[in-house]
Amino acid sequence: MTPDRVLFDAPGPRARRRIKIITVLSLLALLLVAVGALWQFSRHGQLASDRWQPFSQTDYIRFLWVGLEGTLRATAISAVIAFPAGALLALLRLSLSRPLRHVATAYVELFRSIPLLLLIYAFLLGLPRYGFNLPIFWKLVIPIAMVNAAVLAEIFRAGVRGLDRGQAEAAAAVGLRYWQSMRLIVLPQAVRLVLPTLVAQLVSLLKDSTLGYVVSYPELMKQANDLTVYTHLLIQTYLIIAVVYVLINFGLSRLANLVERRLRRRGVQGPLAAPPGATDALGIAAHAVPFDARPID
Amino acid sequence: MDVIRHHYWDLLAGFGVSLELTLLGFVGAVVLGTVLAVFRVVPVAPLRSVGTIIVEFFRNVPLLTLLILVVFGLPDIGVTYSLFTSAAICLALSGAAFVCEAVRGGINAVPVGQAEAARAIGLSFTQCVRFVILPQAFRTMVQPLTNVFIGVALSSSLAAAVGVAELTDRAHQLTLRYADAVGCFLASGVLYLTLALAGATGGGWLERRLAIKR
Repeated sequence: MTPDRVLFDAPGPRARRRIKIITVLSLLALLLVAVGALWQFSRHGQLASDRWQPFSQTDYIRFLWVGLEGTLRATAISAVIAFPAGALLALLRLSLSRPLRHVATAYVELFRSIPLLLLIYAFLLGLPRYGFNLPIFWKLVIPIAMVNAAVLAEIFRAGVRGLDRGQAEAAAAVGLRYWQSMRLIVLPQAVRLVLPTLVAQLVSLLKDSTLGYVVSYPELMKQANDLTVYTHLLIQTYLIIAVVYVLINFGLSRLANLVERRLRRRGVQGPLAAPPGATDALGIAAHAVPFDARPID
Repeated sequence: MDVIRHHYWDLLAGFGVSLELTLLGFVGAVVLGTVLAVFRVVPVAPLRSVGTIIVEFFRNVPLLTLLILVVFGLPDIGVTYSLFTSAAICLALSGAAFVCEAVRGGINAVPVGQAEAARAIGLSFTQCVRFVILPQAFRTMVQPLTNVFIGVALSSSLAAAVGVAELTDRAHQLTLRYADAVGCFLASGVLYLTLALAGATGGGWLERRLAIKR
């Protein structure tokens, strides 16, 4: 369902004419904006071919490629830590023991509410004073995993809560213990329910890895920064890596959509069939409460 | 803890800057996001495509990349803003993409029958939007908008990476100068926690206020 079904009637002949006129006018306006932007670029000599040519040379590409590898490595490793940790936190929050529940709740609420950068600075400057001097890679990856585990825990928990209660009740009725029913009945279905949101959360992990710039871990942002120190091709370099990030993240969002469509075709549809991305505001330690989000497309 | 006692004013001033950034960024995001949502729903093809492209770009580009592009890149084409303004603009832009999705989602959640009924009793387009669609859409928008607010509040810390003297930056500077690391980080963590909780509480209150009482 598209919003225009809600907002607009099917257009008649007059409305169609008006739409045509507005289409032409808006095309002109957009053209004007585009020409203005290009003119601004060329007026400052930023369109000159010698300012863009270098990016087709292999050594430039290789230099940025090293950064891309670093970005992917940091993202992958933090995902490998954050996903199981998030699942564990969700299980603790749902467990029958009250102290465990409180500890998990406190962790989740705390780490969803402090900025990642603050935590990274604490790892970078605070911990070494107390004898904890980790390699740079871990000073980036551990804070990312800590923050994202909290967000992921909420997503997993939403999956369990979104599942029909009858499933757990039936499991209890056939004599399964709490953990047996969790492991065999509840979790597999709950994970499937939130799988699209989980995939979409990879976007947030990838965005967080840009903070490697702050800790000087050679990921894409840091490599781009180093490149501009030598070449002074600031706007070109940053535009290119912005496009690289957008393409990767766009691909991940598409993947999440694909997963969701496949699941829906197979009849898995809970209150959680939420649009990927809509739940993570800015993608940085957002308060994911996916069960309240609604499908958009 | 001595550092906090002597420099609490420093941290509080930083918190003020963070608060300002958050509010400016959030208000900017709501305004821009609404405009983008209008772009994405009007039956004019070019505006729709542009709306989609803008939303996909700002939703997928990391905020730090955007910040550095605006702060260090744009001066190359003669567009220069102060650090604070740049940070506020970036927060507004990246928040706007999420606000746009929230607004569209809210409008989507209104049953088609409501709008049809409104048109059937002769309400004009503006009346229909103002009295029937928006009040109902807003109810479902509160939750995602709260998430955007908290997202903007936490992301405002990234302004420290380009040198805006807000809370994270002050904590960083104090830690560099003095030995007491834990105190500074704890204090600023508590301040951020307060800001995020205030946002969540405000959102929850608004949601209860707007809920239909049966």
